[in-house]
Amino acid sequence: MEIKDTRSGFGDGLTELGRKNKNILALCADLTGSLKMNDFKNENPDRFFQVGIAEANMMGIAAGMTIGGKIPFTGTFANFSTSRVYDQIRQSIAYSNKNVKICASHAGVTLGEDGATHQVLEDIGMMKMLPNMIVINPCDYNQTKLATIAIAEHIGPVYLRFGRPKVPNFTSLEQNFEIGKGIKINDGNHVTIIATGHLVWESIKASKKLKELNISSDIINIHTIKPLDEEIIINSIKKTKCVVTAEEHMINGGLGDSVAQLLSRKIPTPLEMVGVNDTFGESGTPMQLLEKYGLNDKAIVNAVKKVISRK
Amino acid sequence: MNNINELNQIATQVRRDILRMVHANNSGHPGGSLGCTEFFTALYFNILNHNKNFDMDGINEDIFFLSNGHISPVYYSVLARCGYFKISELSTFRKLNSRLQGHPTTHEGLEGIRISTGSLGQGLSVAIGSAITKKLNNDESLVYSLHGDGELQEGQIWEALMYASGNKIDNIISTIDYNKKQIDGDIDDVLPLGNLKEKLISFGWQVLEERKGNKISNVIEILNQAKKMTKKGKPIAIILHTEMGNGVDFMMGTHKWHGVAPNDEQLKIALEQNPETLGDY
Repeated sequence: MEIKDTRSGFGDGLTELGRKNKNILALCADLTGSLKMNDFKNENPDRFFQVGIAEANMMGIAAGMTIGGKIPFTGTFANFSTSRVYDQIRQSIAYSNKNVKICASHAGVTLGEDGATHQVLEDIGMMKMLPNMIVINPCDYNQTKLATIAIAEHIGPVYLRFGRPKVPNFTSLEQNFEIGKGIKINDGNHVTIIATGHLVWESIKASKKLKELNISSDIINIHTIKPLDEEIIINSIKKTKCVVTAEEHMINGGLGDSVAQLLSRKIPTPLEMVGVNDTFGESGTPMQLLEKYGLNDKAIVNAVKKVISRK
Repeated sequence: MNNINELNQIATQVRRDILRMVHANNSGHPGGSLGCTEFFTALYFNILNHNKNFDMDGINEDIFFLSNGHISPVYYSVLARCGYFKISELSTFRKLNSRLQGHPTTHEGLEGIRISTGSLGQGLSVAIGSAITKKLNNDESLVYSLHGDGELQEGQIWEALMYASGNKIDNIISTIDYNKKQIDGDIDDVLPLGNLKEKLISFGWQVLEERKGNKISNVIEILNQAKKMTKKGKPIAIILHTEMGNGVDFMMGTHKWHGVAPNDEQLKIALEQNPETLGDY
């Protein structure tokens, strides 16, 4: 299995977009290398804007650039793409409905050694609450590349969240990536696992362990958290009658929270949520942190056992 | 290109609109609106090359951004009086289901508005972004913005000031409504700006100062002077000295009318000081 970082998927997707569409602009707040934006910058020096360590200004400039037909992509860490500039995004981008693509790397605990100041675990919640905002959290390099290309076609604000570490690149570039459409990656009967971002791979690993326990899993790769693909979720639940969600994000406000709302409204079903439970992260290697904060295949297996017992 | 007499008549009517709009729902910001009436009148009726058939992209026309969105009454009045939308719509200001929200927004599709403002400090960044796009599009027209002086206390403004000069954004003219007052009192008592002109110069801007910002001819002159300074490698700021509440004697010389509506009796007195010229909405 090829190992690649999702942020490189963003960088390569952006470079490809830059070649096809001259209206694509890129802005970065002093993290060009980390965001893998150097190829775009080198190929399109006139369409790349270094704004310095001034994220609020970056969001405002991006909003203004849309007036006249440009499609700006902002790049910085997820923490500085959201919580640091929430009001700028809320007023100048979301409420103003500007065609800005907020591209956010180093999301979650897998940012690693830099620690909790940089490990945003609340961003999905903040961004999904904003009207007009699309929220996407792809799972590997290929999917991040496809998502980057797809969001340029969507007119309106988008939050695209990806990560730092190299992870298995298991999806195909031929996959049908469509904003708001989940992708079924495994068919099973006993439980539905709905996962996003890095936790999709952990779900696949978990499903193999569950198979040894004679538990078969329906796995949904839900790259788009808003709008949520209700149909794919409900169809699966009708069959399995129980659900586990898995995300590298706070349980409060994350994917699990969105799924819980859907279930409560339309199809009450036992649900367990794998995510960070109301705590900050800390320094460590990505793998150590996934283990410590219960964000891996082991945690998913335990959640599945628990939810099945509640059926 | 109206003459000064005509522009003064427009400004008087705009002041009436502001007072009546704010009075009608007992909320809004008359002080700063009245203080900027001459600026808006000069800008929209004399300076801007703009298309009243509104198009969001504003290609090949001058674009204006109001960063201190709370002075929406003057903005709405001038846009309506220019022909962006019907004057009668001014009566809906701040009411339920209105396109004339308390603070300007693109959300309701009101012609003339290109960004939502209200939460302060954001408009300069947006104006710079728009100015960059004009350059990319080889669009020779200009970007204008207006900012409150109190608004300059927001940190984002200084990020934007630094960016604009560092990147030679020279197709932008940003005016600062320098009335030296904010909600809680005099700026010098709340959080002093210090030597504003020197600060702006040290941030790399070309700075003009107009001490009679409530005299239309002076406003036109300073804006024309600013226009001539564009496309020379530096952004341009105008420090426009204004009087909050200008044109209504009891509203002048105090910060107290920043966000307070006149009552019936006060409205009557204020309107007597600003007789109808173009017809009330």
